[in-house]
Amino acid sequence: MGKNVLVIEDEPNIIEAISFILSRDGWSVATHSNGHDAVGVVQASMPDLVILDVMLPGKTGYDILRELRSEDATQGLPVLMLTAKGQVKDREMAERAGASRFMTKPFSNAEVLDAVRELVAG
Amino acid sequence: MGTLNVLVGVCLIYVVFLFLIAFAAERAALEGKGGWLRSPMIYTLSLSIYCTAWTFYGAVGYAARSGLEYLTIYIGPSLVMIGWWWLLRKLVRIGRSQRITSIADLISSRYGKSNLLAVGVTVLAVIGTTPYIALQLQSVTVSFDVFSSAYGSELTEAAQGSNALLVAAGLTLFTIVFGTRNLDVNERHHGVVMAVAVEAIVKLFALLAVGIFVVWGLGGGVSETLARIDASEIGQWQMRGDRWATLIFLSGAAFLCLPRMFQVMVVENENEDHLRTASWAFPAYLMIMSLFVVPIAVVGLDLMPAGSNPDFFVLTVPLATGNDALAMLSFIGGFSSATSMVIVAALALSTMVSNHIVMPIWLSTQSVGASVSGDVRHVVLLSRRISIGAVVFLGYLYFRLSGGGSALASMGLISFAGVAQFLPVLIGGIFWRGATRTGAFAGLTVGFVIWAYTLLLPSFGAGTLVSETMLAEGPMGVGWLRPQAFFGITGMDPLVHAVFWSILLNTMSFFIASLVGFPSPLERLQGAQFVNVFEHSSTPQSWGGSLAQTEDLMVMAQRIIGAREAQNLFEREAKRQGMSGLLPEPSPDFLQRLERELAGSVGAATAHAMIGQIVGGASVSVEDLMAVADETAQMMEYSSRLEAKSEEQARTARQLRQANEKLTLISEQKDSFLSQVSHELRTPMTSIRAFSEILRDSDRLSEEEKIKYSSIIHDEALRLTRLLDDLLDLSVLESGRVNLNLQSGSLKGILDHAVSSALTGAGTSKVQVVRDSQQEEVMLYTDLDRLSQVFINLIGNAQKYCDASVPKLRIEVGHSTGALVVDFIDNGSGIPKVEQAVIFEKFSRTGEQRVKGAGLGLAICREIMTRLGGTVEYLPGQGGAAFRVTLPEEAALAAQ
Repeated sequence: MGKNVLVIEDEPNIIEAISFILSRDGWSVATHSNGHDAVGVVQASMPDLVILDVMLPGKTGYDILRELRSEDATQGLPVLMLTAKGQVKDREMAERAGASRFMTKPFSNAEVLDAVRELVAG
Repeated sequence: MGTLNVLVGVCLIYVVFLFLIAFAAERAALEGKGGWLRSPMIYTLSLSIYCTAWTFYGAVGYAARSGLEYLTIYIGPSLVMIGWWWLLRKLVRIGRSQRITSIADLISSRYGKSNLLAVGVTVLAVIGTTPYIALQLQSVTVSFDVFSSAYGSELTEAAQGSNALLVAAGLTLFTIVFGTRNLDVNERHHGVVMAVAVEAIVKLFALLAVGIFVVWGLGGGVSETLARIDASEIGQWQMRGDRWATLIFLSGAAFLCLPRMFQVMVVENENEDHLRTASWAFPAYLMIMSLFVVPIAVVGLDLMPAGSNPDFFVLTVPLATGNDALAMLSFIGGFSSATSMVIVAALALSTMVSNHIVMPIWLSTQSVGASVSGDVRHVVLLSRRISIGAVVFLGYLYFRLSGGGSALASMGLISFAGVAQFLPVLIGGIFWRGATRTGAFAGLTVGFVIWAYTLLLPSFGAGTLVSETMLAEGPMGVGWLRPQAFFGITGMDPLVHAVFWSILLNTMSFFIASLVGFPSPLERLQGAQFVNVFEHSSTPQSWGGSLAQTEDLMVMAQRIIGAREAQNLFEREAKRQGMSGLLPEPSPDFLQRLERELAGSVGAATAHAMIGQIVGGASVSVEDLMAVADETAQMMEYSSRLEAKSEEQARTARQLRQANEKLTLISEQKDSFLSQVSHELRTPMTSIRAFSEILRDSDRLSEEEKIKYSSIIHDEALRLTRLLDDLLDLSVLESGRVNLNLQSGSLKGILDHAVSSALTGAGTSKVQVVRDSQQEEVMLYTDLDRLSQVFINLIGNAQKYCDASVPKLRIEVGHSTGALVVDFIDNGSGIPKVEQAVIFEKFSRTGEQRVKGAGLGLAICREIMTRLGGTVEYLPGQGGAAFRVTLPEEAALAAQ
């Protein structure tokens, strides 16, 4: 069981926070900050889990997720979606696109950590 | 005193007699036994109201003063009756086919049913007639006075006044009783006409009696009298051509235009053929009336003491010779002349006043759409009665105020000249299709103004209404406007002068204004109807039909008023006629009732035409069709109004739909905005929460890390504050509640401030700002802080987003048409075309360049510039990102 997490997020401060939390717990964290080539980066690095923001420059998190789900290799990849848009319809969109878990910003560090652990273990 | 009492008694008996005659005539007409009432002789005699007290008493005075000139007053109407009977026939035909009620009605009806015109004619007629009514009252009181003074009891002025008031009240009562007796206001007034005819005989008889007495009793026979005439001044008198021509014209014109003459000649006319009889009989009547005028005048001048008023020789000559009975007869003759004139004049004028002034005012005070019901008819009658009272009272008032100064004849002539102004409009209207309303207005106005100016006002005597200097030198010294010498033509008789100019200019104005303007469609239709009246109308006939037609009528009536209503109506009629079945005889009576019933549903004209088609008694005339068209037009107007209403509803629905769509859009925009606000707030809060938890939970953090993470928390808190500030700012700007703080300052100063503010804290990577301080020497008058905010934002954007290795920002000031422009152009890669369209929208940060900032800056800039009356736009094709700020020239000029 690997411990590689790819964080796709465009806010530098949030990348730094998530990296810090996961690294401290022993995860190896890679980051990426735009939507264009996010799918390619995932396919190239094949992490154990992806933390995916919705509002990304170039391509939305939903589109990226749909593309990942349509590929065999990434069909079952655990994806934790994070969004700053806290409306019900955003959660529904995430579920339809195939998110393994959906969390609203601002999140609690502990919750993120628990979710990552569960998703990778499960 | 005894004789005076007898006179009063005789007068009273005479009045009672007139009332009885009028009642009898009314009753006979009501019972349908009034065939004799409709004889041509009655018609002819009724025309004799032309001969008023002025003719009865005044003609003798006139002859005593001016010789045979009095004859002109008789010649005019005689010429009209004999020579122009075809014109009269046309007037009568028009009057009947158009249901004309007065001369005002005729003129207004001809000129497009203009009520304004009717009001004008009415007012002028009242002005022209009031002195004439006063004249009649005066003659009655003065003749009474003459009588009483002959018996040694001078009447006080108060007694004279009360006499006149009594007479006026009596005449009002008579006119009201017999003039407004019928509910049907268009009915002819048999009682009045009959009384007038009787009075015509009485005055003729009286004058003849006095004449015979004078010639054979005093003058000593025909030859003796003729010798006397030869010896007197009257015999020597020379006639003046201009005065004769003018007077003949004037009396002829007045005969046609006087409201009272129009009343008896046209409105009360029973049958056009009566004109045939009247055309010889009336001139004959006038001739007899004038026969003894000169003998009475000559004998009077011989017999009576010098200085006695020749106007009352008819009365004073018998009195002086002790012939009380004859004098009394003469008095009754004069009384008849006066009363018959006042009665008919009051009747005619009251119709005009009531129809054209009182009723329109009354109707306009009623709620719109008051239907013509029984109530309205009562109002019409009431208004006529009041009008009669008002007209007579006006005459009485004039009599009291004028004091009865001027000679009777001159007052009559002034009145004649006034009503003669109607002539061009009247004749033009019935013979010339091109005559227009504007022409009628112009002619009447010009004619009456000149008449009043040259004749009426001076008649009150120099120094009363018209000053002596004005008479002698013209108004304000303008010589050619002298009231009695227009255009400097002096030496004309004042009457000739006034008639000549007023009629000439009246006719010219009428023609020119008619030719210049265009008649409205209604005027054209009415014009055709009037001018070609003989082609369009037959004499109205009453209905008559056969029983077979009753069924058809029933079918039609059912269709219009409903089956049950129609059956009830027909059954009721059958019962009334004493028939056993359900269908009545189609008697004229029934048909008329049916027509009225149908008219309630489809309008009078349509009902008339429909019945006409079934019964066939009368063909459907052009007039009927026109009336139908009129009604149809009203219905079409109503339906088009309905259509307009439903269109309006459709429009309202469309507007509602649009409003709804707009609201939906706004609601969506609001949701999207809230969602964006939520996103922008949550992002910094995420960092703050995450790092504060890290700081709280991790005890193994290095000092460096602690400082770094708390700085992030600090920066993100600031970012939140900025965001909230921007949101509040934008909301204030968008709501329009922003108060601009207008002040003057130099553009250079604002840019200096903006550059330094925008670049504070940028450290070493400052964008290099290139400016031309000379261009910036412009004074501004605007909200300097707001403008500076825009500049700071644009410079800040260049600082943040310019991706050149050595970032530069050029600020250029220039002028375009009516505006000051400030361009901000950097040397970066610029903004892609697709994004140029949205950069001014809220939260529209450009794609790749994620730099701190919520994306509200440009939206705020745009709002500010809108408030300042300018714009901020993206300026494409400049290499780098380029923005243009445009300020209206006023903002720049105001301070210069």
